[in-house]
Amino acid sequence: MAGKIDDYIAKLERTRVWRSVFRSGTGSSTLHRALAIQQNVFLHLFSTKVRRRMLGFKATWYLGTLTLGTFLILVITGILLMLYYRPAVPQAYADVKDLQFVVSSGLFLRNLHRWAAHTMVLLAFAHLFRVFYRGAYRPPREFNWVIGIVLLMVTLLLSYTGYLLPWDQLAYWAITVGSNISATVPVIGEKVRFLMLGGHQVNANALLRFYVLHCVILPLAAVLFIAVHFWRIRKDGGLYVRQSEPIREPAKEDESAVLEKV
Amino acid sequence: MTEPKDFIAGIGSDIKKSQKRVLFVTRRTSAQVRVFDEERVQTYPEALFRAALAIELLTIALVLISLFFNAPLEGLADPTNTPNPAKAPWYFLGLQEMLHYFPPVVAGVLIPMVLVVALVVIPYFNVNIEADGLFLKNRHRRLNIFYAGAIGLSLFLWFFHVYVALIPTLVIAAIMLVAAFSSPTSSQPLRRYLAAKPVSWWVMTWFLLELIVLTVVGTFFRGPGWSWVLPWRS
Ligand code: HEM
Repeated sequence: MAGKIDDYIAKLERTRVWRSVFRSGTGSSTLHRALAIQQNVFLHLFSTKVRRRMLGFKATWYLGTLTLGTFLILVITGILLMLYYRPAVPQAYADVKDLQFVVSSGLFLRNLHRWAAHTMVLLAFAHLFRVFYRGAYRPPREFNWVIGIVLLMVTLLLSYTGYLLPWDQLAYWAITVGSNISATVPVIGEKVRFLMLGGHQVNANALLRFYVLHCVILPLAAVLFIAVHFWRIRKDGGLYVRQSEPIREPAKEDESAVLEKV
Repeated sequence: MTEPKDFIAGIGSDIKKSQKRVLFVTRRTSAQVRVFDEERVQTYPEALFRAALAIELLTIALVLISLFFNAPLEGLADPTNTPNPAKAPWYFLGLQEMLHYFPPVVAGVLIPMVLVVALVVIPYFNVNIEADGLFLKNRHRRLNIFYAGAIGLSLFLWFFHVYVALIPTLVIAAIMLVAAFSSPTSSQPLRRYLAAKPVSWWVMTWFLLELIVLTVVGTFFRGPGWSWVLPWRS
């Protein structure tokens, strides 16, 4: 059975239509695998080869990768949540209640979105500190560090705008605390708050504005800057290497040591 | 009779195993090239599969958490009923703690702006690139600056009763004092380690400690009127 399916997939991959879409073709040669990266508009953000020692856990703790993971989960669960949610007062609250108690798996969906959101903020901070302690902000990576800060801001704003959407007491007052602070900026404060909320206090206009920011503008900004972030890693010569770190993997050395003994 | 075809269809395949760098050396410059020939692996599948695996494990963990713990949902928003305390999301609670001591312009606008600017400029200062141990060069001057800074900041925090931020500051200052009187060739590993740490390391570590302490205090130990509470006694 499994063999049959494999045959079928192999056949499919040889068809002209498939080859027109995935120009690299299939196969496990170095060339094919390089083309798999190079001929794909998204994967092309990465280089075709990376240093082996950068794959270990030590250099990055995989924190950037995991931040991306939370973002992907949030996009998927977020789109599904949008199907059940209306950004209006008082429908918003009722819709979230329905998600909790009526929609199948609605509770799970909302939980996953919420916990992934908290995790993303945590991971973005952790990634920042990991990059710092590794010293990976050094030239030529300084601008990617700055892009990282922009991503951190976008992440915080995404989380903050999402916080209002359930329109419960928790949401309402957290955003009220925040918007009151922005009103204290000298001269422009009141205007900034008015622009942010579409009024002098948190109301239905604010909910709609936060919704548009949360579901359209900020995710687009995040995607854009993540793309630039990844592109810069490639252009800056891959992940940061410390001169002091061994070029050969210790495991490899063990292997050759064993061979010598034999 | 058919015309000879005027096009070629297909994919060129002259891609080399790994890229080579070409360097032009102009006259009057002496080139010094250090070659590192290190092992490279292919992004696909080696790196991408590892990334996918990491993300899958994370997803499993988050799914499990979501199955067992429910996201909070309180009553309908009510502008006439202010909860006490009204808390911002956890990642802003450090700032909200500051709001308790300083006017909103300082705590909510000035401090975050200074933080962002401070983070952005890190890679643009040579001290942070060279990253020599703080007290190794210009020792006398740097010690004086450190004393002035640490005492000044501590007095400032003490004056405004910001004890929550004062304690981490004193902890870091004490460790810095140990570093100041340790040599990078010391026989104790910890002192060697501390002596080699640059100024950015100290500032960032202080920031990290403050961030953790203030966020934990704001999340768990603050109750009505922003007074101290014990989370296990509510
Ligand atoms: C949405 C947020 C972010 C995402 C999705 C992200 C993603 C990534 C990924 C996947 C990497 C590759 C290494 C790794 O897996 O850790 C990376 C590297 C890097 N990130 Fe981020 N990042 C984010 C935020 C940040 C922040 C807040 C900073 C710091 C201010 C930052 C600075 C850097 C730098 C400098 C590198 C290169 C590290 C090296 O060369 O070792 N990024 N990022």
